[in-house]
Amino acid sequence: MNKIVGYKVEKGPKFALEIVSLETDITSDMIVNNTWKDAEFKPYNFNSEGVYPPSGALHPLNKVREEFRQIFFSMGFTEMPSNQYVESGFWNFDTLFVPQQHPARDLQDTFYLKDPVEAGLPEDKEYWDRTRQVHESGKYGSIGYRYPWKGEESLRMVLRTHTTAISSAMLYQLAKDPKPIRLFSIDRVFRNEAVDATHLAEFHQVEGVIAGYDITLGDLIGFMEDFFGKMGVNGLRFKAAYNPYTEPSLEIFAYHKGLGKWVEIGNSGMFRPEMLETMGLPKNLRVLGWGLSLERPTMIKYGVSNIRELLGHKVSLDFVESNPAARLDEDLV
Amino acid sequence: MPTIPVDKEDLYKLLGRSYTTEEFDELCFDFGLELDEDTTDDCQGDERPQLKIEVPANRYDMLCIEGIAQALNEFLGNVEPPKYTLNPAKPVTSLTIKESTLPIRQYAASAILRNVTFDERTYDSFIAFQDKLHTNLCRNRTLVAIGTHDLDTLTPPFTYEALAPEDIKFKPLNQDKEMNGHELMEFYEKDKNLGKYLHIIRDSPVYPVMLDANRTVASMPPIINSDHSKITLNTKNVWIDVTGTDKTKTEVVIEQIVAMFSRYCKTPFEIEPLDIISEHNNESRITPNIAPRVAQAEISYINSCLGLDYSGEEISKLLKKMALEASQSKEDKDLIDVKVPITRSDVLHQCDIMEDAAIAYGYNNLTKTKPKGESLVAAPLPINKVADILRLASAQAGYLEVMPLTLCSHDENFKFLRQSDDGTKAVKLANPKTIEYQVVRTTLLPGILKTIKENRKHSLPIKVFESGDIVLKNPKLERKAFNQRNWCAIYAGKTSGFEYVQGLLGKIMQTMRTEWLENPKENKGRGYWIEEDKDNATFFPGRGAKIFFRAHEGGEDQHIGALGVLHPEVMTSFEIPYAASSVEINAEVFL
Repeated sequence: MNKIVGYKVEKGPKFALEIVSLETDITSDMIVNNTWKDAEFKPYNFNSEGVYPPSGALHPLNKVREEFRQIFFSMGFTEMPSNQYVESGFWNFDTLFVPQQHPARDLQDTFYLKDPVEAGLPEDKEYWDRTRQVHESGKYGSIGYRYPWKGEESLRMVLRTHTTAISSAMLYQLAKDPKPIRLFSIDRVFRNEAVDATHLAEFHQVEGVIAGYDITLGDLIGFMEDFFGKMGVNGLRFKAAYNPYTEPSLEIFAYHKGLGKWVEIGNSGMFRPEMLETMGLPKNLRVLGWGLSLERPTMIKYGVSNIRELLGHKVSLDFVESNPAARLDEDLV
Repeated sequence: MPTIPVDKEDLYKLLGRSYTTEEFDELCFDFGLELDEDTTDDCQGDERPQLKIEVPANRYDMLCIEGIAQALNEFLGNVEPPKYTLNPAKPVTSLTIKESTLPIRQYAASAILRNVTFDERTYDSFIAFQDKLHTNLCRNRTLVAIGTHDLDTLTPPFTYEALAPEDIKFKPLNQDKEMNGHELMEFYEKDKNLGKYLHIIRDSPVYPVMLDANRTVASMPPIINSDHSKITLNTKNVWIDVTGTDKTKTEVVIEQIVAMFSRYCKTPFEIEPLDIISEHNNESRITPNIAPRVAQAEISYINSCLGLDYSGEEISKLLKKMALEASQSKEDKDLIDVKVPITRSDVLHQCDIMEDAAIAYGYNNLTKTKPKGESLVAAPLPINKVADILRLASAQAGYLEVMPLTLCSHDENFKFLRQSDDGTKAVKLANPKTIEYQVVRTTLLPGILKTIKENRKHSLPIKVFESGDIVLKNPKLERKAFNQRNWCAIYAGKTSGFEYVQGLLGKIMQTMRTEWLENPKENKGRGYWIEEDKDNATFFPGRGAKIFFRAHEGGEDQHIGALGVLHPEVMTSFEIPYAASSVEINAEVFL
């Protein structure tokens, strides 16, 4: 059986005897030759993203770092020369009144060096001796830790475990010409930790130091509110904590709406007299210090769950390329 | 910070009321503790709910429920601090330390708790407290170790000696075979609890040992007690031996134990002291010393730190909440005398007393003020400013910034780059947990190459840069090494792209007001130029160059870095299936 199919053809509204090709774009030729007037153009699809420009990009973590730097600059803080990763136990621990048997000095927590293995003695031999005394038998109104302080332990080389090693050297310098001062640094620190989603052997520490005559604990709390307020973090609470080189020590908490709970956002305190007076600073020149990691607030703010997606060689270049501007005061909730 | 699990019901009973989790969390916060977890909702069957409480690392008295309840009760004003007494006031028994212990573990202290009544949970707390002390203050028994015994199984007086391992024979705790020192070491080698302590004495020719008058072994510190003198729930009289290599901590430990557990004696807080006879090192004394230490604090200092205007009496009231008994000093109007009890070994200086006043007042009740405004002029670190200029210029040139770690393996820093280590440059780590962290980088190349490897699926070409610190040794410096800020970029793709990194270098130099010198021998002005380098094995032969810089007219020619086509073996070592070129310079020359 055959099937017959028939078609009927009629002129449509755009019927023409010549084929008109539709133009996709206006060209310079059309403009010069005035041919655009007779040309017909394809409709645009406006429901599209367009062509992205080829571009370089700064690293997201460095963008957050820059936000912090600008906050510090706006509050009169000078950047410390934190470009010194290698330290002696003396500057990293002893000058901060961290006793030699403190767990932080364990092989489990601190990277020691095998080359170079031993630091040189500090130039100021008297400061070295005063440091020994304040640990060993006490000084400046302190009973000390009362243990035999070992010079060789103090000369063991380490990768700094905190940027406070730099603050310590800066405060020692300050003792030569004591005066109010504001200092900060944002730089790498090293911990011999097992690596997981929230821990890396290296990360960045944000640290601020304020020295002033007769400065109070209320000043510290008031200042922290201003500092974190500039990041859009308000309504802080302070909890007593223990830290070998600050007394009092205060953990700083902020309420996180997304998590529905109070989260610790930093540590702060007044440096101990055993540290400051040993350096030669006058008794009433008190020094406040505080610190936080750069990675943690960045992870909380931008919802990054694994630190390795933020720092290190496993960070995706697509993430770097497509990351928006960091604005710490921008409300993301 | 140590986390202490405590029985929830017991703690609330000790505190005299119960709390909701939120209320208890608040109380912890105010005192400086942290409630980690309330296990109530996770308990199965007849499991008892626990509170897991984080305590400050220097509050050894709070490593047990007894201490936590004591401190919180005083803070809340529920109870007075305990008054410890010695009975008999003069020791009737003694512990003699022999000189043989001097090289291995020379300090010892001791005490007796009479007519103790334990129940299952207080007994467990007693054992757990010793464990917590061992891991924290005692640094895994290296500094101090504790042994507790049923006094009625032993005959005082005691001696503490060090004997050759083969001369020490006893049945260790919960074992049924007698062993000598050597056999014990072998027996416990694989033990997951005790194995980690063996190293403390293993290689010593003599091992420390506690003996009674009949030379019955009570313990072999810091490893294990004997089965003979073991304590049980039914033990009435507890003999405590503490041995150590640290004198101060040995005292602190014996004081903390009696402070916490003498409450279970028939007469609470009554302790029997011992005569410690240790003539060879002049350490004869009576232990424990339960007398509070008298410290002084300046009223003006506390007021000034806290922004208060309190009298000595008002400050004393605050301190009472923190276990410190204070009163106006008779010798000076500005001083208070503070009795620091044996529980508070953390108090070293008047700043610790000031802190206690602050906690009692409430950190969150302090008047918020601003540090008095000296107008201070802020400034960036100069090298950071230079690096920021380089970073912005690189990003504007279409390159992506990367941030790898500064630690890497020795191979990544040397062999993979076809370089040998002459021992003069790289800082090496002694105790890394993985080979990923053997050296601090001396070039930015390994980190950037690793980043490219991880991103090899990214569209080509891959154009990346970093400005970061490398570390180089210098034996003349106190710290024996210094950081140097470098800038480095890599182009990777189907072709090597040498001309692109060369052009990027030009762009960077242009940004730093440094022109290319075609003929640096004649043109003696500021500028840069490159010269072929036949010796740099990182680059493909004939494709590597040195970069030179001259800062000003007539200035010195400085070799500041290198650029070139990376050798195919370098790419293979880093497992990158592309061709690539790199440029790296020392950024500090622009300071």
